[in-house]
Amino acid sequence: MTEVPLPYRVTRVHRETADTVTLALVPAGPAASAPFVPGQFAMVYAFGVGEIPVSVSRIGRRTLHHTVRSVGAVSAALCALRPGARVGLRGPFGTGWELGRAAGQDLLVVAGGIGLAPLRPLVLQALAARSRYGRLNLLVGARTPGDLLYARQLRSWTAQRALRHCAVTVDRSADGDGWWGHVGLVTALLKHAAFAPENTTAFLCGPEVMIRATARDLLHRGLPPRRVRVSLERNMRCATGHCGHCQLGGVLLCRDGPVIGWDRAEALCSVREL
Amino acid sequence: MSDRRTTAVLARTGLDALVQALRARGRTVVGPTVRDGAVVLAELSSAEELPFGWGTRVEAGRYRLVRRADGAAFAHTAGPQSWKTFLHPGREKLWDADRTADGQLSVTEAPRAHISYAFLGVRPCDLRAVAVQDRVLAGGRYRDRGYQERRTGALLIAAECTEPGATCFCVSMGGGPGADAGFDLALTEVVDEAGHRFLVRAGSDAGDELLAEVPHRPADPETKAVARGAVDAARERMGRAMPPVDLRTLLGDSLEADRWDDVAARCLTCGNCTMVCPTCFCTTTEEVTDLTGDHAERWQRWDSCFDLDFSHLHGGPVRASARSRYRQWLTHKLSTWYEQFGSSGCVGCGRCVTWCPVGIDITEEAAALHDELAARLRQDGQRGRGARGVRDVRYERKEPER
Ligand code: SF4
Ligand code: SF4
Repeated sequence: MTEVPLPYRVTRVHRETADTVTLALVPAGPAASAPFVPGQFAMVYAFGVGEIPVSVSRIGRRTLHHTVRSVGAVSAALCALRPGARVGLRGPFGTGWELGRAAGQDLLVVAGGIGLAPLRPLVLQALAARSRYGRLNLLVGARTPGDLLYARQLRSWTAQRALRHCAVTVDRSADGDGWWGHVGLVTALLKHAAFAPENTTAFLCGPEVMIRATARDLLHRGLPPRRVRVSLERNMRCATGHCGHCQLGGVLLCRDGPVIGWDRAEALCSVREL
Repeated sequence: MSDRRTTAVLARTGLDALVQALRARGRTVVGPTVRDGAVVLAELSSAEELPFGWGTRVEAGRYRLVRRADGAAFAHTAGPQSWKTFLHPGREKLWDADRTADGQLSVTEAPRAHISYAFLGVRPCDLRAVAVQDRVLAGGRYRDRGYQERRTGALLIAAECTEPGATCFCVSMGGGPGADAGFDLALTEVVDEAGHRFLVRAGSDAGDELLAEVPHRPADPETKAVARGAVDAARERMGRAMPPVDLRTLLGDSLEADRWDDVAARCLTCGNCTMVCPTCFCTTTEEVTDLTGDHAERWQRWDSCFDLDFSHLHGGPVRASARSRYRQWLTHKLSTWYEQFGSSGCVGCGRCVTWCPVGIDITEEAAALHDELAARLRQDGQRGRGARGVRDVRYERKEPER
């Protein structure tokens, strides 16, 4: 359903960080949305407050997971929900990561902050069909150790051989936060990653500065721009290409994105206030 | 095709017969009428409410009604409204949501009133504007159902232009004062010694049927020639023109132009231009709850890219400066619209020029951007290198519209 939200029931609320939760949602009635693919998003409706775009952070048979960071009225209302509560959901919308097109290649997944959310189903998809891809690298950055999403999953991924290289870094670490890992920007992890640039697809999501820096670095290493896939974000009201809010130059991010190739994104991401 | 369609002549009184025939069919007839010192669009119960004997004098930032001796009904230029007021209204309810005692949520699509409109006196630029909004709101993967219903049920009666205004520039946008497609009937008003009359051309079966119901006479060569001559003459009398260059490339290559600072120093970011523009379609949403807190309504309303909230993301606007917001508006209209919806977003109706409180004129801004880019290209040429990203070969050629 794309015009009017379908009722969904919150089955679990998992607190990820001080300001971020993951909601597990199942259809509250007989009607369910069409299937999502990794990278796509839903418009999630908090009754009486409003609607925001949230990418799908895990795709189950019936359950959809959405990771929400509290930054405004709607996201705050969603973060305050308890199991059993109802939300509305419209979707799926937008483009996916298109992992299938990277068959036979090395994969490089780079996430910054909440940017890990839309990338998680991609990593799970790759792990589920592990033999179809070359080396799988996952580089994750967050502001502080307390801002890391999916901490348990990250720990298990770091221990897995199926993931060639899973590295996590934080911008800042304070005494006593128990952090023993990397400190610095996620771009600094690139040198540890194992991939053949001429045969790699990269998947990037995070703050635009991080995406820009990472994409430039990858191009420098010889990745063709169209094989650097990035997920971008803008304000969205309708998700159906009619409200005009998600314009980024000639791109309507709800329709042509959120995932687009760097060949198209580069020019758009280099103009201030576009 | 046009041979099978009727061309006829309608007397001045025939216009009211037309209005009554439409009303008898249950249509809501909307057309121009004088109200509060302007020609506005409103429901008409009789053709006598049309602005007979009124013309308009417009300039950048100015609009005034003037009396006309010839009694013409369609000698005015675009007013502050356009047909989007009816097809894509300023406020529309999207859905009702209810929370029951046991915490269930139910959402129902808002019922829509079924109005079948007849628009009388649609200017050729506005016919093109309706076609532009058709592509945006009903031409993509998802349809705006409310728009689509109102649009498919609407009958369009065009009035060709014989009195273009000082802010009109449709010809330079690939259009013109003649109606060539997208209408059910097209009127051309003729006032001369032989009387006050309208040449009528049917453009659809519905137009033919309607015409058959109102008294008319066969089109005489004299009326046809006078009507054609007046429209042809109007083509030469456009008040303004866009620079004859490929505007899409011009704007695409002007993102870092200095001119944006210049226009930003004048622009009040009031958003008037976006409200009056017949193609501007942007909307935002509002959530309205009742006192019980168990019933909520979702409303859609027009929004403007000049509003700071428009680009709000994570606690602040992406387009904070007036420069970036003006650039967004003009670049969208003239350039990125092609990429998004396959045509220009401007039909040259001149409304944004007329209704800008400080008289900012988009043809002047485009010309200034052209001068700046051309100067940059010349400089770069002298230095023996092409400007980065400037596709100069394509640039000088005017791209045909439509
Ligand atoms: S941009 Fe101005 S001239 Fe062009 S269609 Fe809109 S209001 Fe008319
Ligand atoms: S260009 Fe004119 S009408 Fe448009 S926002 Fe600026 S001041 Fe207002």
